[in-house]
Amino acid sequence: MKLKGAQIFFECLKKEGVEVVFGFPGGAVLDIYHEMAAHNIRHILVRHEQGAAHMADGYARASGRVGVCLVTSGPGATNTVTGIATAYMDSVPMVVFTGQVPTPLIGDDAFQEVDIMGITRPCTKHSYLVRDVKDLAPAIKEAFYLARTGRPGPILVDLPKDVIQAQTDFKYPKKVDLPGYRPTVEAHAGQVRKACELLAKAKSPVIFAGGGIIISEASEELTRFARLIQAPVTCSLLGLGGYPATTDSGDGQRRPDPLWLGMPGMHGAYQANMAISHADVIFAIGVRFDDRVTGKISTFAPKAKIVHVDIDPTSISKNVEVDVPIVGDCRNALEQCLEFFEKAPIEGISEARTPWLDQVARWKKDHPLTYCPSEELIKPQFVIEKLHEIAGRDAIITTEVGQHQMWTAQFYQFDRPRTLLTSGGLGTMGYGFPAAIGAQVAFPDKLVIDIAGDGSIQMNIQELCTAVCNNIPVKVVIINNTYLGLPRQWQELFYEKNYTGSCMEGSPDFVKLAEAYGAVGLRAERPEQVESVLRQGLAIQGPVFMEFMVATEENVYPIVPPGKSLTEMLLTQL
Amino acid sequence: MIVTNDKRYTIGILVQNVPGVLARIVGLFSGRGYNIETVTAAETNEKGLTRLTIVTSGDERVLSQIVKQLNKLVNVIKVFDFSETEFVDREMALIKVRAEQQTRAEVLRIVDIFRAKVVDVSPHFYTLEVTGNEGKLAAIVELLDQIGIAEIARTGKAALARSKK
Ligand SMILES: Cc1ncc(C[n+]2csc(CCOP(=O)(O)OP(=O)(O)O)c2C)c(N)n1
Ligand SMILES: [Mg+2]
Repeated sequence: MKLKGAQIFFECLKKEGVEVVFGFPGGAVLDIYHEMAAHNIRHILVRHEQGAAHMADGYARASGRVGVCLVTSGPGATNTVTGIATAYMDSVPMVVFTGQVPTPLIGDDAFQEVDIMGITRPCTKHSYLVRDVKDLAPAIKEAFYLARTGRPGPILVDLPKDVIQAQTDFKYPKKVDLPGYRPTVEAHAGQVRKACELLAKAKSPVIFAGGGIIISEASEELTRFARLIQAPVTCSLLGLGGYPATTDSGDGQRRPDPLWLGMPGMHGAYQANMAISHADVIFAIGVRFDDRVTGKISTFAPKAKIVHVDIDPTSISKNVEVDVPIVGDCRNALEQCLEFFEKAPIEGISEARTPWLDQVARWKKDHPLTYCPSEELIKPQFVIEKLHEIAGRDAIITTEVGQHQMWTAQFYQFDRPRTLLTSGGLGTMGYGFPAAIGAQVAFPDKLVIDIAGDGSIQMNIQELCTAVCNNIPVKVVIINNTYLGLPRQWQELFYEKNYTGSCMEGSPDFVKLAEAYGAVGLRAERPEQVESVLRQGLAIQGPVFMEFMVATEENVYPIVPPGKSLTEMLLTQL
Repeated sequence: MIVTNDKRYTIGILVQNVPGVLARIVGLFSGRGYNIETVTAAETNEKGLTRLTIVTSGDERVLSQIVKQLNKLVNVIKVFDFSETEFVDREMALIKVRAEQQTRAEVLRIVDIFRAKVVDVSPHFYTLEVTGNEGKLAAIVELLDQIGIAEIARTGKAALARSKK
């Protein structure tokens, strides 16, 4: 039986198990919208296509499934670009369907024509312009396959209007035909052995784990491995939750995990940066040594032999020289490492490791992550600590970008994978709120909270309408410091306190704004109101904005000044 | 500029001949700040496969990134890093050289020495076709330049690994 391209589109989505599409219509995709009702796929109508892309991203990061969005040609397509680039930098599996003008018009500057393939080529893993309806099903099949395998990433599929109107026999291909695409999953056994031998001899090893742990679902293996070889663990921003920050101490209480170092890098924990700088072996897995982590590259981990496991060969020896490169899936590599050490446990490991772990503990004790509490002013860190206390380890936290994001990374104790969704690579303000909506769609019963800044929340605030209209009960904690806090902190420290352009005074009344959208708005202005606002807000069934008027000029510490080594952290206000 | 360890490298790339594949490759070079000195591309004997030869420059780290990044492109079947294998390479040039009464003989002598060919003749110009490696082309260009080159079109290098003995 012949089907229209638009019908084939939905048949393919069904084959891929897609349950929800985040989208926004326009002329080029109306044929698809016309078919939508006849197919059992949930559509979330957004208010801006950037929101759709971030929602698909949040959905994907929270669930591990491929996120899908659908937009029209021209401006609809260009509006997704930031969302695509965000997903690309953080290896998020996503398929973006864009409408396109009919094939005979392509190249003629037709109404709402844009070369979206050209625009997004550098920020997609791959892309398709489907020129013939016969190619539609294979393109969609390949798109989903590419999005979720290897190093995941966004795939764009451009759909000219005449193609989705044309008819053909529908047959979903069983296999993909991609002779140039063979990601290495199985880590090389010899390399793994070399790495393990290094670790077996190490006196001061550090495990540095990243987003690859979350993507490959390897947190359990990582945790077992770290405990087996008694190596302290630091996780990059995207790796947070990959190793539990707290551990059950047997009395029902959760306490900081003894091997947990916290996040390294520019705003990393003192002990994490010190441990990296004094390590003799760094076992890096699923990370890419971003410059925000390494600080001055020439002095990064000066004493360490570096093992680097990653599924993407281009990540290895890109920023730092690696001694033992291992290309492969993180979980696969860890399974092999576990096997090695289970067969050949390091003798006297606990005594052997004592000096190093004692040293780490001293660093932790000497310079813990702290802030100056206040009875008069709400400290942003306090809000995040309280939120963690109340929302707990099962909540899914998203963030925007700025100081609040760094405080979240520092003060919210992430114990589980996929509980922190944040734009690490691109650092996209406006990511957190739509991402939270996407995550909530994936997990309707979980508590999903966007920790936002007063600046960032305004970048995609229109999606509050999406949340209200679709009964998506996301919570937003706005850390309102009336500044673009991160740039302001840099201006304070490195630009002579010249605060040009970073003051956010004149923002709307977020409580009233929430109410105008049909959501609930709450505000805390004093420290003693924080807990009650949080408890009240989190208990409400629908979407809620909770605004916290915090100390305006609080800074994120430690900070490694730009161009400096990790050991040159500034620990507190000068 | 600071002194670098930049070297020239020749890379072969076998790709699926699908729309946009050249843009992906060239875009990768420009987007990541890699150099392209020459690029050639044409279909192979296998249907749907195109072979490119790119001459680039950079240090070893850059070369290794280029090779890995190229391999990562979905449409790239295979990348040949000729820094690690022996290879043969050739380039063809069409050279329009001034050929007046008094220089014609000299041009023909050069044609002879370099085993070039005259492929077009006009009252004042000869167009020569010459094939060779980089050294040979450089040599003939230098000689002809003294006589007067009006225009030149070079294909850029094509390269293949030497077959194993
Ligand atoms: C789209 C975008 N534009 C600009 C920036 C640069 N930037 C980084 S943090 C920041 C300020 C964020 O302000 P706010 O959301 O209030 O967070 P705060 O730092 O105050 O917690 C800016 C402008 C960015 N990351 N993303
Ligand atoms: Mg702010």
